[in-house]
Amino acid sequence: MIRAKVYVTLKRGVLDPQGETVRGALETLGFAGVQDVRIGKFMVITFNAVSREDAAKRVEEMCKKLLANPVIEDYRFELEEG
Amino acid sequence: MRFAIIVFPGSNCELDCQWVLHKVLGQEAELVWHKEKDLKGYDCLVLPGGFAHGDYLRTGAVARFSPVMQAVRQHARGGGLVLGICNGFQILCEAGLLSGVLLRNTSLNFICRDVYMRVETPETPFTATCTARQVLRVPINHNEGRYYADAETLARLKDNSQVVFRYVNSAGEISDEANPNGSLDHIAGVCNEQRNVLGLMPHPERAAETVLGSASGRILFESIISSGQALSSTSR
Repeated sequence: MIRAKVYVTLKRGVLDPQGETVRGALETLGFAGVQDVRIGKFMVITFNAVSREDAAKRVEEMCKKLLANPVIEDYRFELEEG
Repeated sequence: MRFAIIVFPGSNCELDCQWVLHKVLGQEAELVWHKEKDLKGYDCLVLPGGFAHGDYLRTGAVARFSPVMQAVRQHARGGGLVLGICNGFQILCEAGLLSGVLLRNTSLNFICRDVYMRVETPETPFTATCTARQVLRVPINHNEGRYYADAETLARLKDNSQVVFRYVNSAGEISDEANPNGSLDHIAGVCNEQRNVLGLMPHPERAAETVLGSASGRILFESIISSGQALSSTSR
């Protein structure tokens, strides 16, 4: 069994009003020096794969086809076994 | 003309579209479930507003893989008309039938009110009976309406006059105050390069009768019908 942890984040240059609002809130709470907050998505996908390479290939495909929109988002993932 | 209004689980503007096309304008307009794979015989497909598949993950991201989308693609490739309104626009962008993407409104608020949009080009089947720079008062009703595309795509859209509608004030002028959602370059609607696929965030079907406060959105549907008639008379 493979567990993929997928992180989808907005590309640099794409305005993130939600992140900006949270940054403002952190500042209000007294956390000085917070330059930037970017909000993204975190997904955990559990599945069967014959090998690590096979798993990586499939997650890559999942990201490209559905999990991220390449116009606005970047993605990266980590694989865990067991 | 024969219209198919595609209904996804979570669509909620299909009856408004049907009402305008059938009751107000006397056209054939059928509701078609998203599992349908055959769309032959329809002249124009309408992807209505709503929250297709719950808008989970991203707006339109899952709807793009509905069985009907293969036929929508085929229809578009063959030059057939496709109109995406609000959520329908979001789906067409995710499906790659239109360029760009719709992001969360800058204000982070769901916005439901009338806006003014200006016809940037009458050279589409959807705006053929409009005059250039005509101003239409039409409601918006969305949370993710901020149009975005990368610089290269935007330049291409502008070069090909694919920006069909821009948000303006009542005098038809562009200003930041008149841009309700922070859309790039004030864009409210775009078409594809072949000009047979249009997507827009405002809801023309909700402004198609004076009793609803504005009838200025009706011209989009009238344009489609007159373009369709011109098309069928030349092909005969």
